[in-house]
Amino acid sequence: MTLLRLENVVASYGAVRALQGISIDVQSGAIVALLGANGAGKSTTLKTISGMVRPASGFVEYDGQRLEGKTPNQIVRLGIAQIPEGRKIFKDLTVSENLRMGAYTRKDKAGIEQDQELVFVLFPILKERARQLGGSLSGGEQQMLAIGRGLMARPRLLLLDEPSLGLAPLLVADIFQALRRINKERGTTLLIVEQNAHVALKNANFGYVLQVGRVATEGTSEELQRNREVVESYMGTQQ
Amino acid sequence: MLGQQIMSGLATGSLYALTAVAVVVVFRNTRTINLAQGDFSMMGAFIAIILLKTYGLNYYATIVLCVLAIMALGVLTERLVMRPIADSDWLTLFTATLGVYYILHGVAGWIWGRDTKAFPVTFDPTPVHIFGTVVSHGHLINMGWAAAIGVVLYVFFKYTKQGIAMRAVTDDPETAKLMGIPVRFIVTLTWAMAGFLAAFIGILIAPIIYVAPEMMDEVLIKGYVAAVFGGLYSIPGAIIGALMIGVAENLAGGYLGSHYKTATAFAMIVVLLTFRPQGLFGIQKRREI
Repeated sequence: MTLLRLENVVASYGAVRALQGISIDVQSGAIVALLGANGAGKSTTLKTISGMVRPASGFVEYDGQRLEGKTPNQIVRLGIAQIPEGRKIFKDLTVSENLRMGAYTRKDKAGIEQDQELVFVLFPILKERARQLGGSLSGGEQQMLAIGRGLMARPRLLLLDEPSLGLAPLLVADIFQALRRINKERGTTLLIVEQNAHVALKNANFGYVLQVGRVATEGTSEELQRNREVVESYMGTQQ
Repeated sequence: MLGQQIMSGLATGSLYALTAVAVVVVFRNTRTINLAQGDFSMMGAFIAIILLKTYGLNYYATIVLCVLAIMALGVLTERLVMRPIADSDWLTLFTATLGVYYILHGVAGWIWGRDTKAFPVTFDPTPVHIFGTVVSHGHLINMGWAAAIGVVLYVFFKYTKQGIAMRAVTDDPETAKLMGIPVRFIVTLTWAMAGFLAAFIGILIAPIIYVAPEMMDEVLIKGYVAAVFGGLYSIPGAIIGALMIGVAENLAGGYLGSHYKTATAFAMIVVLLTFRPQGLFGIQKRREI
């Protein structure tokens, strides 16, 4: 079943026409990788889904509803959470306050508490640091907090913008292991933007490769992994 | 004598502190230096006079109605004046609040006249002995109110969802939006808080000074100076700055002569900006625009 569908989406980010007609299909329960070089339009694609950028034409359909024109607040309420590039945790808020803000749109106190416990099971270090300021965490811990904060919205679809950025390989493996666990245990659908094609395809079911605002190629992870040279040619100077 | 000077300095300083906190809260969520902050208090003082004298309401009912009215004034200012230009640079925003300042001055003068009025609730000068010094009953009451409001603010910012969301918007408005935090609503809430604080300041300060359209001009400047002490960002910094200004100007007034009072506040800011332009406490956040 298709959970999210982008059909021929054109969108500008600033003065740049970042998306020039992108069509993407995300199946419910899948892990989908969105690959491409810098400036290929990956982040703009996520921003268009989360309502931060409005498409000039084309449409975004989620769970049978059109998303264009909805506010970020409404989109979070529909079950889509975004984990922004560079983690963007609130530095002057404590870890638990950060998590609480992830659940801003929710009113079910018991459910929120339950989800916070789940985040602490997934990332025990966050429980230890619960009262520390977000800004005092290490890069890896901040990425865990950013993912945890995203989960606090209890999303059906989690959008991740470069979760591996700036992290040591060992930490990247940990983060992706956690993401697979979220996908498996909670049934959360993941759409992951990555520059690290190798790690992304190892963990995803399906992948799209973007090049200057268009889908250059797509396929299952196996297919894309077999055609690594093709993927890497689109990705630029990667690895 | 010295202790007494310090105590009454702390008492006026606590009212500057409320103004400073309002300046900080509005600035860090909207990049707006709100020059109309003092006039919110001035309108509050005039409305309080009407409620007390014309309608014969008791003091506490007056406070409640006044707070609601000035919160509405804050929200109205945001909706009608600031929101349409919210994406402009800081100078435009600043100039708009200057406009609101003159409008409120004009409106107050037009409705209530330019001459000063006495506040119907008088300042109680009865001396109270505390910590080995003598402080007037009125000052003690004002300090009590300021402390209580400080506690309310602390609880709001630390424990309530909207209070934490306000801090999140301060930290990173873009990401706050991604979390589904309605940033516009939070900005409205910020201006409501500015009104909430202003109403209290107006009612508490009115018995000490007088009520007139320009009554808050000097208080606003000192509140602003105190806010700069906190780097226009830190609430505790602004509060400590305000108390320091209150004490320093009172000492200057007592030992050098009363016309040195205001100059002291400015001398302090000159010294501060020379040696610690980022504020006395913490680092000023320079937000990308």
